[in-house]
Amino acid sequence: MSAAETSARVSAAGLRAQERAAKKAERERQRRIERDEAAERRRAAKAGFANVNNPRRSMLMTVLCAVFAVYCLFPFVYLLINATKTQADFTSTFGLGFGKSFALWDNIVTVFTYQEGIFGRWLINTLLYVVVGAGGATLLAIMGGYALAKFRFPGRKAVFAVIIGSISVPGIALAVPQFLLFAKLGLTNTPWAMIIPSLISPFGLYLMWIFSEQAVPTELLEAARVDGASEWRTFWTISMPLLAPGIVTTALFTIVATWNNYFLPLIMLKDSNWYPLTIGLNQWKDQASTAGGQAIQNLVITGSLITIIPLVIAFLMLQKYWQSGLAAGAVKE
Amino acid sequence: MASADVAATSVKTDGARVNKHKADWRGWKFMWPFAVVFVFVFIIPIVYAVYISFFKKQMIGGTRFVGVENYARLLQDGQFWSSVGRVALFTVVQVPIMLFLAAAMALAIDSMKLHGTKFFRISTFLPYAVPAVVSTLIWGFVYGAKYGLVGSLNGFLGTDIDMFDPSVLLASIGNINTWEFTGYNMLIFYSSLSTIPHSLYEAASIDGASEWQIVKSIKLPELRGSLAITVIFSIIGSFQLFNEPSILQSMVPGNAITTYYTPNMYAYNLSFSGNQSNYAAALAIVMAVITMAIAYAVQLRSMKEQMR
Repeated sequence: MSAAETSARVSAAGLRAQERAAKKAERERQRRIERDEAAERRRAAKAGFANVNNPRRSMLMTVLCAVFAVYCLFPFVYLLINATKTQADFTSTFGLGFGKSFALWDNIVTVFTYQEGIFGRWLINTLLYVVVGAGGATLLAIMGGYALAKFRFPGRKAVFAVIIGSISVPGIALAVPQFLLFAKLGLTNTPWAMIIPSLISPFGLYLMWIFSEQAVPTELLEAARVDGASEWRTFWTISMPLLAPGIVTTALFTIVATWNNYFLPLIMLKDSNWYPLTIGLNQWKDQASTAGGQAIQNLVITGSLITIIPLVIAFLMLQKYWQSGLAAGAVKE
Repeated sequence: MASADVAATSVKTDGARVNKHKADWRGWKFMWPFAVVFVFVFIIPIVYAVYISFFKKQMIGGTRFVGVENYARLLQDGQFWSSVGRVALFTVVQVPIMLFLAAAMALAIDSMKLHGTKFFRISTFLPYAVPAVVSTLIWGFVYGAKYGLVGSLNGFLGTDIDMFDPSVLLASIGNINTWEFTGYNMLIFYSSLSTIPHSLYEAASIDGASEWQIVKSIKLPELRGSLAITVIFSIIGSFQLFNEPSILQSMVPGNAITTYYTPNMYAYNLSFSGNQSNYAAALAIVMAVITMAIAYAVQLRSMKEQMR
């Protein structure tokens, strides 16, 4: 017993010595690497090859990309400028120049009061569809993606195949029978016709699946189960916080899809009181081309501006989240 | 300590063994809400569409089973095939241009050689946040020859450019689509590029690789995976072309955008103003089959590999 103890102590001392030697070697290796790197940087600077971590910026490339950025941004500028014009100025002055009067505030007021303030109604409808439809879609995608990533349940492969297949089914193949079915159930012309189809987001499910696979360690789930937590509790208290960046990304994409949806409300809703903004704006635009209709392009433009502002702000504010969320989605090899 | 370890390991292996032999249904606790809604809004409508495509509504005698008559009629329908040809042409031209621009932009932004990388990333992506209705409206106003920007340009240069001329209309629509979706595709490309570890570039540059070689041998192969996804989504998207032409319809003078301009518009007009839902269902199914066949032929296989 004591002999074994001694030998253990000796070997422990030996181990410590070995450890010290290893640490010393490691420090020396680090120093060597640093020297090499410094030499490499000097060589690279002389040879003119840019270091990947600190590249030399290229003016030519910046200018080329700036051309493309102008292409991407100028419609926003056009919208902003023309939202400040009266109808008369819109048809008579240069598109990218300001009009004779600055009518932005008047336009905004008119947008919200025209036709007894129906624009406000459309805005509230859109918010309702986004909160319930896109919110629900996000929740279903989180749960479904989590299940696909963390459980090996019967039928998992079939779910995968069906979803892949469904992505390539054209919207119209669904829209006509969806409309006929919803009509039979008496759901057309109600908010449900807009909300229920919005609840499914195959792209969101895919994103959450990939994200859950990476962000939630299986060991953590096992630990929670050993401690006696139910599957639901594990999901809400352990997995949800880890999934946050993926959730923000999925939510943003489902919100955009619902906010911008044109086809679904076009077929499902006939009552203008249930219109979302997109259909309402299109109706206002068409007023100019109907016989005897008053052209209200200034209101269409100002209304468009009001429609896109919330989404643009959301994307700008949440940049950090959706970019890291998407990057994680792309990691999968 | 050691014995506890052993116990834990044995528990683990036990668990694994149990899992292998007994079906683990726990996943459905989380999967069922998606599955239920999915069946209701995807599976049932598809089955229903197939079902009604074999019937025909008649003035006298109501709805009657007609077998494959709708499909036979579709094969002879010149309007349908002209619309398919139009979206096929659109796909062949617009998708490569858009994806090339998106990939070039992603490579430029990822190279970190731009002044203001962040600005370029967000400004390229921003059009994606704009609804199709709004972007089509803006571009429609810009294209306008009477008081749009094109009109001003014509007055300035003395030219007579007409973006709504039937011969260039499809290109004008293509420009709207390119504006809307280049940023979105750029972001998918960029995300996959940003997952390449930087040590790889360092190793390559130490080995004397030029920047072009890095792009060619490291970055482009990485892009191939995301290319499969973007190609498929873009093909599906352009075969479903509907929003832009249908919104432009009232802004374009004359009858340049017909009711059968794209297959989707044709199906929409057949079922909602022509009262021929059965024929429209047959059309939708044929389009679904064509789209799926093309998507498979192009790259679905590699996308599946990507998703494993």
